[in-house]
Amino acid sequence: MIGITGYGAYIPRYRIKVEEIAKVWGTDAPSYKRGLQLWEKSVPGPDQDTITMSVEAGKNALIRAGISGEKLGAVYIGSESHPYAVKPSGTVVGEALGATPDCRCADFEFACKAGTEAITCAMAQVAAGNVKYALGVGADTSQGAPGDALEYSASAGAAAFVVGQDNLIAECELTYTYMTDTPDFWRREHEFYPQHGSRFTGEPAYFKHTFGCAKGIMEKAGMKPEDFAYAIFHQPNGKFPMRAGLKLGFTKEQIEPGWLTPRLGNTYSGASPIGLTSTLDIAKPGDKILVVSYGSGAGSDGFIFKVTDRINEVRNMVKHTVWYLDENKVYLDYGTYAKFRGKIRKND
Amino acid sequence: MFPSRYWREIPHRYRLEAGKCTGCGFVAFPRRLVCPQCGQREFETFKLKGEGELLTYTVIHVGPSAFVDDTPYALGIVKMDDGVNITAQISDIGLDNIEVGGRYKIEFRKIQSDGHSGIHAYGYKFIPIR
Ligand SMILES: [Zn+2]
Repeated sequence: MIGITGYGAYIPRYRIKVEEIAKVWGTDAPSYKRGLQLWEKSVPGPDQDTITMSVEAGKNALIRAGISGEKLGAVYIGSESHPYAVKPSGTVVGEALGATPDCRCADFEFACKAGTEAITCAMAQVAAGNVKYALGVGADTSQGAPGDALEYSASAGAAAFVVGQDNLIAECELTYTYMTDTPDFWRREHEFYPQHGSRFTGEPAYFKHTFGCAKGIMEKAGMKPEDFAYAIFHQPNGKFPMRAGLKLGFTKEQIEPGWLTPRLGNTYSGASPIGLTSTLDIAKPGDKILVVSYGSGAGSDGFIFKVTDRINEVRNMVKHTVWYLDENKVYLDYGTYAKFRGKIRKND
Repeated sequence: MFPSRYWREIPHRYRLEAGKCTGCGFVAFPRRLVCPQCGQREFETFKLKGEGELLTYTVIHVGPSAFVDDTPYALGIVKMDDGVNITAQISDIGLDNIEVGGRYKIEFRKIQSDGHSGIHAYGYKFIPIR
């Protein structure tokens, strides 16, 4: 059986509130908070990016896996904010974790589902017998254009999973992907900020693929929503995943442990993977967990996990995801945020 | 920042790899060619655990060109639990809250970017243990 041997998250400590962004652009904060069901988001420090967060999440995952980095036979990073246009993030992460040189490596891109794609490929390498352990990471430090609705949600975080066949904390019972060509969100080369199809991002994009994937994987598994202890959906805002989950027949209680966007923002490739880490932090042996990611363009990856007894041994080995989220935060004003995010143009 | 110099320093900057003298056990970080204690030239790789106590620090108000956007920032010397002292930037804490004697750990951070088109240089910084 293939599954997760270790997992880890990393969330930067800086936050900005919806009110602080709304103040600058003259918008109505309460209506944004209500509309997005989101009140603040994480912001990376000026010395943090997809690579640094992937390394820290990877270290946490290795500790829980109980292996050293040199045991990793593959390092796959999924992100839409790789620091280089040409040069892999994964080489830096693999080197920092001590996985080099006996290691496969590639960076993945598929908007917000790059992370789950990286995890899927890590599983495939293990299943094929090519490597004993593989690391799959979803990480992003995404940006919305100043004043755009995306600016209120685009945030930063990472989740890493060591995939293997022994010492599992969660067995992967099934994976499934639902994918079509849907131009709901894009960024052309040399453009700084992405563009999106506004309302088009909802029904024909997020909901169609999330429903298609969730229904498809449950049908293949012969399972119903009540067979799961928890369900995690991609969360571009607080509203979409809760609406999707409830409509599929899940309860608020099943969704809430992995529903972090209201106080985290949209971590893009990190979103459903980080939701899985916070759910594993509280899951019990035997629990079944459904994960459905979503990436614009568009597609959804689905996973069904079954938690094993080993979860109780590893969950407290490193800080829980909600510690990063709730216990270690500092609020920024818009000026500092704009400086940290490189939104201010300077002379060389 | 030349890519070649940065590349040579990857083992200690990314993974905190020190050299431990096979003769007397002296730990050199970064590695050295000759042991300053016993004069021997053989070292084995020794990975630092990455936690320690802040011995002293200073605040930089006028930084070198690569760090002008970061000022004011703190540089500290931490006595690592493995016995060596390391100098690095202190991150993730307000300058008024830094206290000598505090516990710090190493985190992987971006140290600098070479202009708009050069390489990103990564390495270690200290952050307070919370
Ligand atoms: Zn010596």
